[in-house]
Formats: sequence, structure tokens, C-alpha cells
Amino acid sequence: MSNVTANSSSAADLAPARLAPILSAFLLGVVVIAGAGFASVPALHNAAHDQRHSIGFPCH
Amino acid sequence: MNIFRNIVFTAALAGVLAGLVLTALQQFGTQPLIVKAEVIEQSNAEAAAKPHDHAAAGEHDHAALTAQEEAAAAAHQHGADEWEPADGAERFAWTLVANIVAGVGFSLLLVAASELRGGLSSWREGLLWGLAGFVVFTLAPSVSLPPEAPGVEGAALMDRQIWWVGTAVATAAGLALIAFSRAPLAALAAVALIAAPHVIGAPKPPAPPAIPHDLEHGFVVAVIVTGFVFWAALGALAGAVRPRFGKA
Repeated sequence: MSNVTANSSSAADLAPARLAPILSAFLLGVVVIAGAGFASVPALHNAAHDQRHSIGFPCH
Repeated sequence: MNIFRNIVFTAALAGVLAGLVLTALQQFGTQPLIVKAEVIEQSNAEAAAKPHDHAAAGEHDHAALTAQEEAAAAAHQHGADEWEPADGAERFAWTLVANIVAGVGFSLLLVAASELRGGLSSWREGLLWGLAGFVVFTLAPSVSLPPEAPGVEGAALMDRQIWWVGTAVATAAGLALIAFSRAPLAALAAVALIAAPHVIGAPKPPAPPAIPHDLEHGFVVAVIVTGFVFWAALGALAGAVRPRFGKA
């Protein structure tokens, strides 16, 4: 276990046990942004309309 | 599980706060221009619709456009039958929610990516990551695909979305190579990656903007400047919050 929970101060310490949760959090971010900025469901689009324009997402 | 939880907590806190900042900025920056552009967009649509008299239709009814505009509007999803927030408090509330959701989403990307490098240790370090986020998600896409105010027709939506995402990914990869690799070849590859989307070119709009140039340009500037402040706030906040969760 000791080699897996190595200090997090360096990128060289990236163990799979650390990489998996980081990638999961990253993917969660991708899903959230896809919903807020890219999903074309009309209700979602209309609710997020001004936000999409204002952030510069391609919008209708 | 701790690492995941800490990333999500840090990202949520920074994302919500940055989303609030963004919403405040938009009220002065982009929102007045969106409203102005919509008035013009609508009067254009009404002028085109005159022979048909669709006065009874909803304010966003795009069915009453000329044939040419009708094709362009096909991708435009303000269908008269679809729900949309009422102007005023409801519209503002949904924009606020959407800003916070987007803020948390971008925050998750920023915090997770920085964890790959050992995690943010200070607000200053966070600020630098925020600047990178600005370049990746605001500046680079805007260079070839300027933010569109309502009334500015773009190319097919899916094409623009694919180009937008591809540009963000290529720019992020390029910046990462520059920041984290010392090899000259990596720097060369980075420059090529960042330039490539613009050499390939963004999907071209079918028609010139239907709103005045000043308004169109003002909107582009407003989006980029509010985006800059948003990313600076997001990065600095994430950097300030993250050390409080201890070793992630």
C-alpha cells in the first residue's frame, strides 16, 4: 500500500490509484459541460441560451 | 475515493463562486448586447414575415421567415412550441443556474488536470492554470469562431461544436507540452497543435451577420473579457481552496 499512496507533490508519483479518481473527476467535468453547453434538447437549450452565447459556446 | 471527493469539493466551491462572478459580469457585459441583438433579430424576422402576417404567433416564432432564412433557422431551436424561460427573473435565474453548472464543469477540468501535476498549492498557481483555461476555452476558439450574438447565423451547429471541442483539446495539449516538457521537439509540436485548428479553419457562416458590425464586435469583446475575468477568478479560487483540503 505504501507505494500506492505515495506523496502527491510530484507528477512522477502518479500511481493508478491516484490516476483513476482524477480521470473520473475530469470525465465528470466533461459530462457537466456537455450538458450545460452542448446538449441540444430544446428545453435545456432555451434555459441555458444566454449562458451559451455569453460563454461563446456554439449556439443554434 | 478521497482524491475524487476532494477534487469535486474544491471544484464545486470554486465553480459556484466563479459562476456567480460570471453572472454578475454578464449583466453588464454581454446580457444588454444579447437583448439588443434579439430585438434586431426579431425585427429582421418580422420584416421577412410581412407578407404572411404571423402577428399572432409567439415572439420567437421562426416559422415566418423567408425560405432562405428558414433553412438557416432549421437548426435554431427557439421553436414556438418549446418551453423557454419568461423574460425577467425566470430568464435570469436559468442563466445563473447554467453559469454555475458550466463553472463547476470547467472547474472540474481545471482542478482534475492540475491534480495530475500534484495539485494546486496557492491562489497564484491557480491563477496561472486559470489563464491557461482562458486561452484553451475562450481565446483559442474565439480566434476563428468568434462568439455569436443572437442574429449572427453560423455554420451547421454540429460542425461548429466539433471544431470548438477540437480546438480546445489541441490548444490544451499544446500548452501542456510547452509548460511540462523541455524537449525542443515538444515545443515545435505544441506550436503546430495550437496553430492547426486555425489553419484548418472553422466552419464558415452561410451569410454575413444580420446585426450591425458594432454590436457584433462589441459582443465578441464582451464575451472574451468576461471569459478572462471568469477564468482568472476560477483559477485563483481553486488554488485558494484546494490546499484547505490537505493532501488530496
